[in-house]
Amino acid sequence: MTDAYVVGIDMIKFGRFPDRSVPNIGAEAALLALDDCGLKIQDMEALYCGNLGQANAMVGQRVLQEIGQTGIPVVNCANACATGATAFREAWMSIKAGVYDVVLALGVEQMGRGLLGGGGGGTGIPKEGLLGSATMPAVFAEAGQEHARKYGTTFEQFAKVSVKNHHHSTMNAKAMYQKETPLDEVMNAEMISYPNTKLMCSVNVDGSAAAVLCSEKKARELGLMGRAVKVSASVLTSDPWQERDLVMPDVNTCTRQAAAKAFEMAGVGPEDVNLVELHDCFATAEILHYENLGLCKDGEAGRLIDEGETALGGRVPVNVSGGLLSKGHPLGATGIANIYEVSTHLRGEAGKRQVEGAKVGMTHVIGLGSACGIHILEKVAN
Amino acid sequence: MSEEKAAQGPLPVVPFLKLPEGGDPYLEGYKCKSCSAIYLGERSVCAKCGTRDQLEPTRLANTGTLYVYSIVHRSFPGIEVPYVSAIVDLDGGGTVKGNLINVEPDPEKIEFGMPIEVVYKDALGRKDRDGNSYLSYFFQPRS
Repeated sequence: MTDAYVVGIDMIKFGRFPDRSVPNIGAEAALLALDDCGLKIQDMEALYCGNLGQANAMVGQRVLQEIGQTGIPVVNCANACATGATAFREAWMSIKAGVYDVVLALGVEQMGRGLLGGGGGGTGIPKEGLLGSATMPAVFAEAGQEHARKYGTTFEQFAKVSVKNHHHSTMNAKAMYQKETPLDEVMNAEMISYPNTKLMCSVNVDGSAAAVLCSEKKARELGLMGRAVKVSASVLTSDPWQERDLVMPDVNTCTRQAAAKAFEMAGVGPEDVNLVELHDCFATAEILHYENLGLCKDGEAGRLIDEGETALGGRVPVNVSGGLLSKGHPLGATGIANIYEVSTHLRGEAGKRQVEGAKVGMTHVIGLGSACGIHILEKVAN
Repeated sequence: MSEEKAAQGPLPVVPFLKLPEGGDPYLEGYKCKSCSAIYLGERSVCAKCGTRDQLEPTRLANTGTLYVYSIVHRSFPGIEVPYVSAIVDLDGGGTVKGNLINVEPDPEKIEFGMPIEVVYKDALGRKDRDGNSYLSYFFQPRS
């Protein structure tokens, strides 16, 4: 089976573009990724397109209507916040299977503002605020509180995640925000759902990211191995049954199972990972995933954030892009945007936020419902 | 609004809240005879073990303990805040989510594992478009 490589990858600067269409936003990232490797849409054998908000509206085909209708197969996919990672993985599988030699993966989203989840629906009366809360800030607050219950994790420790990620994004021109948020500012921001304040919730933004994937033979033929990044693991899991999952979505078990499979597939361990882009949809979530991804032992995540081990310059920097908290979270684009971030470090092209000497990186997303997508990427030894 | 369409008494807020005639309201689970997993609401296949047609109704306890919670300060327009969204493990099995009432919405006043009882009251005055009122369940601290 051939190895699969990312040869071209890019993302647009995340922001709010209410006057543009979803395909138009997606087309921009697709062209950037093609330019990154000097290929044309005519070179692509298939397109895997991830988008959630218009999942029934043929977004991939409409992107091709903007950049070149070459008649290639298009697969549109939706998988909550794992949508982009799922599109990327479908592209990866097509290369691994030997069906195609060079394909395009794209993730794009246009978001509204405000709370996600808990919209009610169904019959009868609204249940929000009557049978607890189904808003995302509350759901992930409760997931964080489970960690607090087990290990005594504090509001301050959760808040430190947001301080770190906002700091990181001051070095990332493509992030939504470039603004420091000191600890007292994070903790004193409007409380949304305790213990998540407004600055501990990811930012709803519009955005897109795209990647060109190649077989090894094709990458060599095209002379693109110089900046290529090897995809050494691609894993997708769903949530196995848990006793509380009817009322409390479990983002832990599916992540742990995906991480174990990914490390096995890549032949590396957590100690080999130089940087991680993980799903910090809320500050509480990042703490859980330190342990779920094996970056530390169970119960040590609070210490990890306290001691700066996951900050740039620390033992294993996490979310040096600014993460979903500050770079922004366009749902369908996030899974490819985090692959862009890790690839940029492995290429040594991350500028001020470069993780020096990065050879192995990991990306992680969770789509509530649930889907977990993990990729391990490696620098190619030239 | 057509008040005349409203039923005689309140309706259950969710299908797993049962209102037996002449009896006390209760929450109903469905328990798998094969693996003992408990679900809220009727179903025919067990999601834990995959066994078919072996689920039977079971009356869930009105007592339990607080597993975790969040204090919600921002919700959708028209929803009164703050309130405590709580996940409660019922004694004997079954986990339910709901509002924790009769407690200050302050993390200093709420303890993981605190004893809870389930109480049944009107659904905060909310009515559907036919004017029906609803009976809901709530959690409150148990002394």
